[in-house]
This record gives sequence, C-alpha cells and structure tokens, in this order.
Amino acid sequence: MSDNILTLRNIETYYGPILAIRGISLDVQKGKIVTILGANGAGKTTILKTISGAMVPQKGKIEFMGRELQKQNPDWVARKGIAHVPEGREVFPLLSVQENLLMGAYVRKDKKKVNEDLEVVYDYFRVLKERSKQKSGLLSGGEQQMLVLGRAMMARPKLMLLDEPSLGLSPLFVQDIFNIIKRLNTVQKMTMLLVEQNANMALQSSAYGYVLENGRIVMEDTCENLMASDDIKEFYMGIKEEGVRGKRRWKKRKTWR
Amino acid sequence: MEFLQVLITGLGQGCLYGLIALGFVLIYKATEIVNFAQGDLLMLGAFFAVTYIGILDLPYWLGFLLTIISMAVFGYLLDMLVIRSMIGESQLSIIILTISIGFILRAVAGGIWGSDILSLETPYSGEMANIEGLVIGQEYLVVIAGTIVLSVILFLFFKFSSLGIAMQASSQNQLAAYYMGVPVKRVFSLIWAISALVAAVAGTLMAPISLVDPQMGFIGIKAFAAAVIGGFGSLPGALIGGLIIGISEQLAGTYLPTGFQEITAYLIMFLVLTLRPKGLFAQIQQKKV
Repeated sequence: MSDNILTLRNIETYYGPILAIRGISLDVQKGKIVTILGANGAGKTTILKTISGAMVPQKGKIEFMGRELQKQNPDWVARKGIAHVPEGREVFPLLSVQENLLMGAYVRKDKKKVNEDLEVVYDYFRVLKERSKQKSGLLSGGEQQMLVLGRAMMARPKLMLLDEPSLGLSPLFVQDIFNIIKRLNTVQKMTMLLVEQNANMALQSSAYGYVLENGRIVMEDTCENLMASDDIKEFYMGIKEEGVRGKRRWKKRKTWR
Repeated sequence: MEFLQVLITGLGQGCLYGLIALGFVLIYKATEIVNFAQGDLLMLGAFFAVTYIGILDLPYWLGFLLTIISMAVFGYLLDMLVIRSMIGESQLSIIILTISIGFILRAVAGGIWGSDILSLETPYSGEMANIEGLVIGQEYLVVIAGTIVLSVILFLFFKFSSLGIAMQASSQNQLAAYYMGVPVKRVFSLIWAISALVAAVAGTLMAPISLVDPQMGFIGIKAFAAAVIGGFGSLPGALIGGLIIGISEQLAGTYLPTGFQEITAYLIMFLVLTLRPKGLFAQIQQKKV
C-alpha cells in the first residue's frame, strides 16, 4: 500500500543479551492511529525505541516516508518528522513549561508558526497555559504527561510515537489524555503509533491494532475485530466468560498457542 | 581601610576560583564527568595568552580573543576525539582519564614553553587604582570586571538562546533531548568548548597576578573545593563558592597566624560537607518516581 507512512520489516532488536524483538513487521497508515498491545516486557517500548533510533536493530528494515531509518541517530530521526513521546513523562525538570514546549520545536526554523502552535497547544491543554512559567519538575504526573504530549505537538511531526501515555495516571486523566489523542487525530490528522497496556482505551481510539507477545506479533486486525475477539476480551480487556463451574476450561487456550 | 583592601583582593582571587569552578560544574552537569584537568586548561590558556601577547607581540585584546578562540577549539576537540570514546565506561576510568589529561598537558606545556616562570605584560599591569584612599592593583579590578562580564554573558546565553536552552535540556534529560532532535553529542562537545573558554579567560586574567608556569593549574584543587561548596551542580553556586574561598583565604592570611591561608579552602569545604552535605546551592532535581 502506498499510503503507509511507516513500515517495519522483520525487525530484530537485542536488549542487552536478550532478543527482545523477534522479527516484527508492521505498517502505519497516514492519518490513522495504530496501536500495539502487549503485557509488560512484551517488547512494545523496544519497538518504539528502535523506530526512533535510540536502539539499533540487528536485522530488518524500517522505512519512513521513503527513507530508511535503521542505524540513524535519534536526533536525525526526530528532524525527519518523528516525535517520540517516551513513557514515564520525560520532561526537562528544571526548565519552565514554556521552555519545555519550545524545546519541542527546537528543529523548526519557522519561528512565527512556532508561536502560533504554542497557542494551539495551550488551547489543547489549558493547565499548561496557567503554569507556563513554572518549572516543569513541579507539575503533577498528569500535567507532565500533557506537557510531553504538547511538546511533541510543537515539533509538527508527521508521525507520533506514543509510549504508554496513560501509565500511572488517574482514570480521569486517562480519559482526558485519550480524548486529546483522538482530537489530535481527527482535527490535526496526526498519524500515531500508540503503545498501551490499557487495551480498552487503546482499542477504542485506534483504527488498527497489533498484539505483541514475547517479541512477536501474534495477532493483527482492525480494532473493531480485535475488540470482538474472545482472546483479546479475556486476556487484554479482562472480560471473562464464566465456565460451567466458574473456572476456565483447560481446553480453552489462546488461538495462537 | 586595610580590611576593604583585603576584601577586594580576596574578591579578585575568588573570582578566579569561581571561574574554574564554573568550568567543573558546566561539564559535570551536562555529562556527569568531573574534569580534573580543568586547572590545566587554565594553565594552557595562560600559556596561549603569553604566546600571543608576550612572544608574538600582538595587541593585548587581540591576543585575549585569540586565546579564547584557541582554547574553545581545543576543548571541543578534546571532547570529540578523546572523551566521547569513553561514553558508557565507568565513572572511575573517565576520572582517571581526565587526571591523566592533566598530566599530559603539564608535560607538554613544560616541553613547549620550558619550566621557566613567564609573566604576562598587560596594558594595566603594575598600575594602582586609587579609589578614595583605597589602593588596589588594577589586575584585581580587571579580574572582577572580567568575571562579571563573562557571568552575565553566560547567564544570558543559557537563559535566552535556543542553543543555551538546548544545552540545559541535554544535561537534564539526555534521551528526551535526543527525541527533540538535539544533536546531543555535538552539544556536549560545545559545552566542553565553553568550559575551556571560561578556563582560558581565567588563565589570561590570572597570568598578570600569579606567574605563568606549568604547575599553575594546581589552583584547580582549590577551585574544586569551591565547586563542592557551591553544590556541584549550580552555576551561581560555583561562583559564590569561589568568592567565599577567595575572600576567607585573604582574611585568614591577614588576620590569622601563617599557614592558615593555605588550609582555609579545605576547612570551609569540610565544614560545608559536614553541615550541608549537598552544598550551599544544591539544585534539587525533581526525579520522577
């Protein structure tokens, strides 16, 4: 397909001595949100780090808008239009909120548009405007997550990589963050690759999903179909069908095992 | 009167300590490397100044400028060619590396310029400023003025220029800075360049006061104490730590028995470390939980 903005083909990445990613291929289409589901240690973060250049794949090919990304430095990848929002709210703690946001636009030269975008970001995140002069290390967790999202927007990226934006946030904040992600997608036509443990929220906001287990993709489909699948319901969304005696039948297994 | 005179001499001496301490802190904050060759960078800067101004007979300010540029280039290359290859190695081996760089610089300087003591003639050296009865060597006033100017420039640079803010960002969160498209490695080399530049300024300002020889870099040890007092992570702290040491050293030299002057720096460092182990101006970095 030609409207793929990002393609991964047979990517293998080592995390230290461990083969964390075992031959992954995936596509992200322009203007869509694509999600990767998986438990802790499945390799979700490693995939994103491999795309953004923080980790170097052993094998395979990453293509972003006709350019090969593997073996490039993360700053090069960022300049080509990929904004990585790392997990764990990686702000610059001693810089003010506004300085943090402007750092997002570091590689941009069009200063006028940067200031316009700053207003757009403040419009998305009212809290940030109120606190624009504060040091970002003093913000609450949810506000910091908003800050890193806003900072990524400031780069006007062609693709956003979102690593567990809901991690450690209160349910209300999770709802907020996902509303904003959806709004970014519909209003700004932002393409996103979203990695999440919160399968419910991720599937509701995305168009297409991959399920990752032990560094392999075990299932991929549109999010509607994924949500309808029994395996996803049971293992990722926690909806369990009761067996006859209230226990799981031993015969019942994941379809991919 | 005597007290004021001592105070101003101490202020001048303290500015020098502060400038070297600034170099320590700049590099440490960004790269978590303690550069024990910082004093020797100052020594090298002083020798460059002597070469340009004393030997090649260039005008003082042109020589000053050339010294600064040469040392900035030297600092940049030092990081790019030597230090960068050590990324990921243990803290200890990097420290040993910087100590040995100091040895090498001293040996090389001795080889090129000889171990004779040189001095630097300046347009202002030897002159005394007489301000309402206070008689002060102009060298000290120039040191103080130079330090103020340099601090203001650095402050404006780090606070308002986008490269300066990117430098702060890279030292606060390296990976996130990478994700913003900041070429972090080059930024670190630039920080080494700034640090060497600061050392060059300190060396050139110091040359007329103390004499220039390959061992003059050992002033770095006292400056290290100044950086520790200031909290080793705060730029204003480094300057203030330098001032504290410079002034109290001069006071001790004047009013206390001989010998006290030499230990004042370490005594203060000891006191600060026992009473306020993080230093006077420690920046409390909000680490994520």
